[in-house]
Amino acid sequence: MVTKNRSPYRAVLLILVLICGMVAPAMAAEPIRIGALVSATGPASFLGDPELKTLEMYVERINASGGVIGRPLRLFHYDDGGNANEARNFANRLLRSDRVDLIIGGSTTGTTMAAVPLVERAGRPMISMAGALVITEPVRPWIFKTPQSDRMAAERVLADMQSRGITGIGLISGTDGFGRSGREQTLAVAADFGIQVLADQTYGPQDTDMTAQLTRIRNTPGVQAVFNFGFGQGPAIVTRNYAHLGIELPFYQSHGVASDRFLDLAGSAAEGVRLPASALLVPDALPDDDPQKQVVQDYKAAYEARWNLSVSTFGGYAYDALMLAVAAIEAAGTTEPEAVRSALEQIQGHVGVTGIFNMSPDDHNGLAPESFRLLEVRDGQWVLVD
Amino acid sequence: MFAEFLQYLFSGVTIGATYALVALGFTLVYNASHVINFAQGEFLMIGGMSTVSLLAMGVPLPLAIAMAVALAAVLGVALHKLAIAPARKADVITLIIITIGASIFLRGLAQIIWGKEFHAMPSFSATESVNVLGAVMYTQSLWVLAVAGVLVLLLALFFTRTLMGKAILATSMNPGAARLMGIRTQFVLMLAFMLAAVLGAMAGIMVAPVTLTAYDIGIMLGLKGFVAAAIGGMGSGVGAVVGGLLLGIAEAMTAGYISSDYKDAVAFLLILLILFFMPRGLFGARVAERV
Repeated sequence: MVTKNRSPYRAVLLILVLICGMVAPAMAAEPIRIGALVSATGPASFLGDPELKTLEMYVERINASGGVIGRPLRLFHYDDGGNANEARNFANRLLRSDRVDLIIGGSTTGTTMAAVPLVERAGRPMISMAGALVITEPVRPWIFKTPQSDRMAAERVLADMQSRGITGIGLISGTDGFGRSGREQTLAVAADFGIQVLADQTYGPQDTDMTAQLTRIRNTPGVQAVFNFGFGQGPAIVTRNYAHLGIELPFYQSHGVASDRFLDLAGSAAEGVRLPASALLVPDALPDDDPQKQVVQDYKAAYEARWNLSVSTFGGYAYDALMLAVAAIEAAGTTEPEAVRSALEQIQGHVGVTGIFNMSPDDHNGLAPESFRLLEVRDGQWVLVD
Repeated sequence: MFAEFLQYLFSGVTIGATYALVALGFTLVYNASHVINFAQGEFLMIGGMSTVSLLAMGVPLPLAIAMAVALAAVLGVALHKLAIAPARKADVITLIIITIGASIFLRGLAQIIWGKEFHAMPSFSATESVNVLGAVMYTQSLWVLAVAGVLVLLLALFFTRTLMGKAILATSMNPGAARLMGIRTQFVLMLAFMLAAVLGAMAGIMVAPVTLTAYDIGIMLGLKGFVAAAIGGMGSGVGAVVGGLLLGIAEAMTAGYISSDYKDAVAFLLILLILFFMPRGLFGARVAERV
């Protein structure tokens, strides 16, 4: 009997709860779901760690200042550990169970390419933070990327060698996706600069000694300079071995090691090393009329204040990816995938940390080789060469 | 030509000596318990990483090394007390799986404490390299070789001249009989884990200036050390040293004379061939299975 007396009261309560439950999410705008696929651990943690930190920090900041098109951002992120298989699984999870509106990632070429087929099938825009040319050439409608391609890096280095009158070089590259693709691009464009690759050596991403490979390069007749294409700790070890063997030839690194971490690891061995890098490494050396100066200085200050770590180029790729996504969603006024995709394609003159982006239907990277600055290590500091 | 060969030899011997120290750690634990301790590589990492962070705190190098080795020893004992001893009734395969779990745990812990970045350690001697007959050698390589040599010698003396060493050997030969003779086999096992941890930590500290160090450096070095131990014959001290040096030199020679692409392939081809023709490794005990 007691239960019967109570039942109308219960029903009212139930309805109230239901109404509250339905109204609460409707009052706050539906969040924009941003998926992030990063390699925060493993051999590519060099890339993924600052990238994830950057994304977390800027998603917080954007939400604090009212979100995008009146909606907050919600970040779904997974760590693939640099493993392509994991990347594929996580991409699947982002697309199916998290139902994200767009994906930022992956950190490496391997993880990006593993996710590409899934992303294309699902029809969501993806902005990669990896370097290889294959990501955006041939152009895939849904795939964009923020770093300069490795071909641009190779061209920048080879042009500098040419201006120094170098005609024969030794190439040493990592066997990871970044090094492999960099090697292919260097071999493909070297002839355009009148340069012959006389020695071509590789090393594994986990290797701890490259003395043997460098000895072979040194003993190859006609080698006037050495170019190391790789990322992570490998190039730091190559640099140490290079100094230790006492090789006197000019030594070039790729943009893959453009971070202060490289200076710490390679120590005095890095003296005289030249590499192409984004403006982020030398914000104070940029001339005042450089359009990127302000953006670069702001990002650097914000990142270092928040994480108490020195800023790296790779975090900059994540910053640019997020800001391009925000700009495209704002331009489209919606998160409808096709609208965001075509808005991304139409972005012009977007000043980022990495460079100035001019996207087009034929160019999903939007950067010019000039966005790379050529730096040299002098007295343990990065110095702008030109 | 000769200088080139010497250069490859130097780089092979340096890395080979490291493999040998890791392989010795495997051998110690294997001898005492027939367990392959896959957490061995993590002790290299712990040795290297804690020395780096102690140095950063301003601790002088010899003290930093001593403290790092002591930390590894404590962790070795803890690994035995907390993970292996509670499962003493389990079979060997289960124990091996426990060590794999422990290695993942230690790596995760190191990642939280020290972060994911690579760290550099200064070379022990002020001069970084010396010229020998036209080839260049890291002074640190000499340190690696000297320390590896001393440790191997000390281990040999320990096993042949001390009661404790003989107790470990007895336990490995017949745990039941050893227990009847009054040897505390669990204590012996704990000792083996501790010594293995110390060996690993020493190896990790010695090579850190050459190879750099990070939370996950133990995976590859541990694996290569295991390959070296298998080549030499599981359980043989001499085998561990020879196997390590052989593996290091084979890798360097392949990278130098054939192609760096095939470096790892040749190392693994070597283990295939040796295990195919000599299943117990180069110096493995030639015991027949009792039926």
